[in-house]
Amino acid sequence: MIEVNHLCKRYGNHTAVWDLSFHIEKGQIYGFLGPNGAGKSTTMNIMTGCLAATSGEVRIGGFDIFEEGEQAKKLIGYLPEQPPLYLDRTPREYLTFVARAKGIPEKEIPQQLNHVMSVTQTLDVADRLIKNLSKGYKQRVGIAQAILGDPEVVILDEPTVGLDPRQIMEIRDLIKELGKDHTVILSSHILSEVQAVCQTILIISKGKLVACDSPENLERLFAGTATVELVTEAEEAEIPAILAQVPQVCGSSVQRRKDDCLVRVELEGHEDKAACRALFFAFAGANRAITQMTVAKASLEDIFLELTQEEKEEKAQ
Amino acid sequence: MSAILRHELSSYFTNLSGYVFGAFLLLFAGIYTMVYNLQSAITNFEYVLGSMSFVFLVIVPILTMRVLAEERRQKTDQLLYSLPITMTQVVLGKFLALMVVFLVPLAVIALYPIVLSAFGNINMAASFGALAGFFCLGAALIAIGVYISSITESQAVAAGLCFVIMLVNYFLGDLANMTSPTAFGSASLLVLAGLVVSMAVYLMTKNGFLALLCAAALVGGTMLAFGLNSAAFEGLVSTILEKLSLFEWFYIIINGVFDLRCVVFLLSVAGVFLFLSVQSMEKRRWSE
Repeated sequence: MIEVNHLCKRYGNHTAVWDLSFHIEKGQIYGFLGPNGAGKSTTMNIMTGCLAATSGEVRIGGFDIFEEGEQAKKLIGYLPEQPPLYLDRTPREYLTFVARAKGIPEKEIPQQLNHVMSVTQTLDVADRLIKNLSKGYKQRVGIAQAILGDPEVVILDEPTVGLDPRQIMEIRDLIKELGKDHTVILSSHILSEVQAVCQTILIISKGKLVACDSPENLERLFAGTATVELVTEAEEAEIPAILAQVPQVCGSSVQRRKDDCLVRVELEGHEDKAACRALFFAFAGANRAITQMTVAKASLEDIFLELTQEEKEEKAQ
Repeated sequence: MSAILRHELSSYFTNLSGYVFGAFLLLFAGIYTMVYNLQSAITNFEYVLGSMSFVFLVIVPILTMRVLAEERRQKTDQLLYSLPITMTQVVLGKFLALMVVFLVPLAVIALYPIVLSAFGNINMAASFGALAGFFCLGAALIAIGVYISSITESQAVAAGLCFVIMLVNYFLGDLANMTSPTAFGSASLLVLAGLVVSMAVYLMTKNGFLALLCAAALVGGTMLAFGLNSAAFEGLVSTILEKLSLFEWFYIIINGVFDLRCVVFLLSVAGVFLFLSVQSMEKRRWSE
């Protein structure tokens, strides 16, 4: 559906996007993930024709966004980071304008308007001035604008920024709903959000694509060592001897607390269940109770940090 | 394009700007009609339009300042870029909306000579010719305003810059008379202008070689021409300045000569500045 090939964007000496290439398939929800300033918005702006690339190409449904802009733009709906609203208009007037500009036949406009406003739940505020609406409603009007005319691809730049938790849930549900019959691309620097709604995650750091896979695959790929945290009544001095009985242990640290010890054990391989059993019986054998035990897997959070950290280290070298 | 046109029109007529513009134009048309045609009993309606042309200095900056600058400040230009419409359609739609706002008071003013003709002998051809000239002048000045609004993000800067340019344009005819009429004086002024243009080229492109080339061509060309035929330089700057002033072209029509060249010139100025506005909007995508 969307092909991005060797995209570069430079602002003077600063490189915002460097040699970015990826493909977007039809009918899935994609998440752009990256720290602030990673080039997410720049990439989205280029994909929607708001910005010209220094080099590289973007094809939407086979149409080049620069050369055949009009055909390509008919296929996309875009919500930029800051919703592009005319503040002295009402949502109904604003959406009517967008509908006309998108070339929706005059007869279908009221019906289409009703549809997008009921989907985004903005019907109650349809005739109030946009400048008097709350941030959440403004964001929804922005989304209504993007999905107007039923475009095949909906691109949302940080759609949940500035919303309250309940609104975030609603927007997420809306995005999931959209994902059923549209291709949705959204960007975020919040991991849990991308994890909750997206089928594929593209992690961008310093303008480069560092990973592109489903959340499950990414987790599996990076789940190298598991860590077990346990709280025990054992004395600090006896712990190394107890741990020595468990073959999977490859490292540990002990932290003395008021009346117990917090032990952090690093395990080899993925067989954390067997290792946990061994740990349990080792402590039990020494007649020392384990009062708490948690297995910490490499989460997406760690992967994200690791991937974006590596970049920095590479730069430092 | 019709989407932009309708959107802009409804914004001019839902807030005050369209009405204020019309009221301002009608107020001055009324005052001058009273002074010239009623009190002094002059039958030339075109003098009214000639004298009130200075209102453009005030109303054009106010009317055009927000047209593209505000889109950029509110980031609504991102919407325009991502919609399946071209920048040509955007700029033309906005310009046509401005023309409609301008034509509404003009339609009312067009009634004045008809009403006046009931009380005296009005030259209808001269009156309506002047009205057409007034429209062309307005179109050209508004197009310049649209362009200025496209190069900045701030309404205030757009309005200020536009006012200065209107003012210079308005007084360019008087300024022309003050320049040196001798051949040497004209040549030196042209050399100076060539250097200023080259400086501008350097500032805009940051390309020293191009600027030097430009300076060499302009200054060298002037000197060469001066060496070949110095007599042609007499009063040249004054003529050029006069031709550059849009108001001077309008005054030709006011003086009773409906010269088609004036209409063509004014409308081409409008066309050139609309073209530049489109280019300026396209350029934003590269430099943002």
